[in-house]
Amino acid sequence: MNNHQQIVRVGIADMNIVKAPNLIRTSGLGSCVGVVVYDSYQQIAGLAHIMLPDSSLAKNGSVTAAKYADTAVNKLIACLIKHGARKTALKAKIAGGAQMFQFSSGNELMRIGPRNVEAVKKQLASLHIEIVGEDVGGNNGRTIEFDPKTYLLQIKTVNKGITYL
Amino acid sequence: MNFIKKISSTHLDILKEIGNIGAGNAATALSMILNKKIEMSVPNVRVVSFNEMIEMAGGAENVVASVYLRVEGDAPSHMFFILPLEQANKYIEQMTGESESFETLPYGELAVSALQELGNILAGSYLTSLSNFTGLHLFHSVPATSIDMLGAIISFGFIELSQFSDYVIVIDTALNKTNDENVELVDGHFFLLPDPQSFDIIFQSLGVTVDE
Repeated sequence: MNNHQQIVRVGIADMNIVKAPNLIRTSGLGSCVGVVVYDSYQQIAGLAHIMLPDSSLAKNGSVTAAKYADTAVNKLIACLIKHGARKTALKAKIAGGAQMFQFSSGNELMRIGPRNVEAVKKQLASLHIEIVGEDVGGNNGRTIEFDPKTYLLQIKTVNKGITYL
Repeated sequence: MNFIKKISSTHLDILKEIGNIGAGNAATALSMILNKKIEMSVPNVRVVSFNEMIEMAGGAENVVASVYLRVEGDAPSHMFFILPLEQANKYIEQMTGESESFETLPYGELAVSALQELGNILAGSYLTSLSNFTGLHLFHSVPATSIDMLGAIISFGFIELSQFSDYVIVIDTALNKTNDENVELVDGHFFLLPDPQSFDIIFQSLGVTVDE
């Protein structure tokens, strides 16, 4: 670790981009999905912390892009390309989409985690971006950190320790 | 429907009173279960961003024991009872007489069901007093528990609200245990997160309207 390395923190319904040697991280993903898109040659990566599957769910007219899978993925990629990434080199890693509480009731919103994962995958597929690693579902929270230099995604959980994708 | 913009300080005072009555009863119930004096703080009602809410509850990565209940009926809401891990262990030990802990997996069955029951009783007394105060018909789901990162847990309560707004209105009541030196220790939090459409219903039940 050198002292100049910084960690860019991304909050919920938020996104940002980072260039090596800096890292990017988001904490406490539950049903939310953390999507990392990166260009390994340019060593640039973007991370979005998505809450909801589709911007059509927005009921107040204004859309916060980073909140929804469809708008977040599009904006993230536009932002990466603006900062020097090449569209054809982009790859993605995703984590999150858990079901934190188990219910028998059939409320669609209770299944928000799996729906977020599906929506992110669909959006990435439509843009021809390959998902090279994923750790999704389950019923545990995750904190993720991406290093654009090694393109490793560190996933921290409470009970399963640290894994890398 | 930009409901948050229409909320005035009168509305926030009403919500504060709801937190006061609800958590007051829950604190009494908890005192009885643990046979200890439990006090609660003056409720905090705030309009905050998702990230501020997570920070205010202790930070996204902070590991907590939580009980979640879906409030159904006239004013659907999310309710969380959040305890620091050490505190949850202490409570459960006092309740069951066994030293099962939530530090390592697998969690003891007894500990989990005791935590669930604790949530059940506390939420039940919170909601009963809220029902009595507002005249609204409210009931809650079977409690679900999770021991995990706070951010992962609390964000579950944002799903409905997040479709309307980037902000939440949260009714937060902290429970304090007063020890001999009268030093207050925060032991837990009740968070009530009403669904967007529930605010009007709660205000109307108390004869206050939300101005256009």
